[in-house]
Amino acid sequence: MNNWQTSSIRRPKCLLWAALLLLTILAAAGSLWLGSVAISPAEVFSALLGQGGNSTAAKIVLFSRLPRTLAALLSGAALAVSGAVIQTVLNNPLASPGIIGVNSGAGLAVALLCAAAPAAQRFSAVAAFIGALLSVLLVLGLSERTGASRITLVLAGVAISNLFSAGIDTVVTFVPDALSGVSDFRIGGFHGVTMARLTLPAVLIAVSLLAVCSLSQQLDVLALGSDTARSLGLPVGSVRFLLLVLAAALSGAAVSFSGLLGFVGLIVPHAMRRLVGADSFPLLAASALGGACFVTICDLLARVLFAPFELPVGVVLAFAGVPFFLWLLFRQRGGRT
Amino acid sequence: MIQLRSLTAGYNGKSVVENVTLEFRPGQVLALLGPNGSGKSTLLKAALGLIPVMGGQVLYDGADMTSLSHRQIAQKAAFLTQNRPLSSILGLRMVLHGRFPYLSYPRRYSKTDYAIARQAMDATGTRPYENTNISKLSGGQRQGIYLAMALAQKTETILMDEPTTYLDIRRQLEFVQTARTLAREGKAVVLVLHDIPMALRSADRIAVLRGGKLLCCDTPEAVYAGGTLDEVFGVSVHRMDTPHGPQYYCVAKEAF
Repeated sequence: MNNWQTSSIRRPKCLLWAALLLLTILAAAGSLWLGSVAISPAEVFSALLGQGGNSTAAKIVLFSRLPRTLAALLSGAALAVSGAVIQTVLNNPLASPGIIGVNSGAGLAVALLCAAAPAAQRFSAVAAFIGALLSVLLVLGLSERTGASRITLVLAGVAISNLFSAGIDTVVTFVPDALSGVSDFRIGGFHGVTMARLTLPAVLIAVSLLAVCSLSQQLDVLALGSDTARSLGLPVGSVRFLLLVLAAALSGAAVSFSGLLGFVGLIVPHAMRRLVGADSFPLLAASALGGACFVTICDLLARVLFAPFELPVGVVLAFAGVPFFLWLLFRQRGGRT
Repeated sequence: MIQLRSLTAGYNGKSVVENVTLEFRPGQVLALLGPNGSGKSTLLKAALGLIPVMGGQVLYDGADMTSLSHRQIAQKAAFLTQNRPLSSILGLRMVLHGRFPYLSYPRRYSKTDYAIARQAMDATGTRPYENTNISKLSGGQRQGIYLAMALAQKTETILMDEPTTYLDIRRQLEFVQTARTLAREGKAVVLVLHDIPMALRSADRIAVLRGGKLLCCDTPEAVYAGGTLDEVFGVSVHRMDTPHGPQYYCVAKEAF
């Protein structure tokens, strides 16, 4: 029996939820307020209320910081929830959209679309969804057909991920303009995100988040293992497929505007599982908030740490996320949870 | 009542159990015995529709299983699997999942579901673990929770795949006693066991499988007297009368 869905830390849950919500709101507010150009909170408010006129501050808030903040919130929530779903459906603690090749599958589809039809870039979210879906189905097929162990599955995922990454490199080699700012896309970042580019992915993410939450009871039963879930009357095959489609939609939509943000889908669900337990609904909600908050804070740090120079958010995610994740793991190993 | 009629089933087109005819009778404990790989677990899974039936029929109260939905089957037969991922959820929450086959949209457990789950926890002595994370429980306590989940399913038949494997001897005896109580209440209880003496002592009927074929199905006395167990397991099974009734023990054949 595996014990990867580790125990929750007992503490007042309402306080935890309030703290998580408050932190996310503060991160979003900070992201709108802080940056390489000093803008006062009053100017941010008036810009958001449409009273900033044509001022530089209003333009920066509305056309740079607001889309960027929304992008960070959306991609963080989408990737973390996608990771939580994939880990439960594949019953594999090492699975995440980044590790099993879902993100790079989405990235390859976006690269192909941009190379073949640059005018159709606004449909990159759809292409990313298709790429992510094909990747996730490939991994699921491998898992079911070969009865592969968890480690084999992850290794296969890593191999598939590398294959798709090589595919992205090939596309960029032959069509250098396919992914403008390709280094950002590979590392992940929100530079140059616009509201127009966010609209379709935002709709896809919102619908998918609602659908995943509505299936939380099924996800709980699925977590009991295939045989138990089937014996409880759950049509395991179709529910698993549906959940993976939604996970692919979430990560695909996020990748279409954020690039290949690694690690969020792996560490955030693990961290949230330790805080709120393994029940799906609270886990999904906490992962959405935690992912949104984490990516927004990392993006803020990426912008202000070395202002006016900017780090790709993927770099900050790794520097901030890896030590935190290792601390969580060792803390549990030490038996202090 | 579940009836298997000339059932053949297996995996990936390869049969593991062949031409098995067997009944899971209400009010009785049926023990499935057989060496490793003889098809005991496969038989249970086929009876529940968890793997494809390649030949023959499974009847639920006379109706062919293929005419029933997953939910309908889950309302008639519960299953304690041999292995499952260990979730980090509270005891009551785990037991509540036994009510899943009865949930309709929007799939929220009702007060009645909670009451049934708590009754099931009372019946298995696991009520004290209602608010305990099951990952913190011992193997025996956890098995009690899983049994409570199966009871909360409120089915006429309960199938258990090696339910005593990870339990200490006291928990094993308690578990089998609970199975007997359930049979007395009218349920059909099917246990896959490796402990031959325990099966002979506790079951109403013993079915012996070898190489996917059913060799015999009869009362413990008749199966013991027939010598099938000696032949199938390569051991000598002996019986002795004690103040606690007939007891059985096995010794290796080489010892004689």
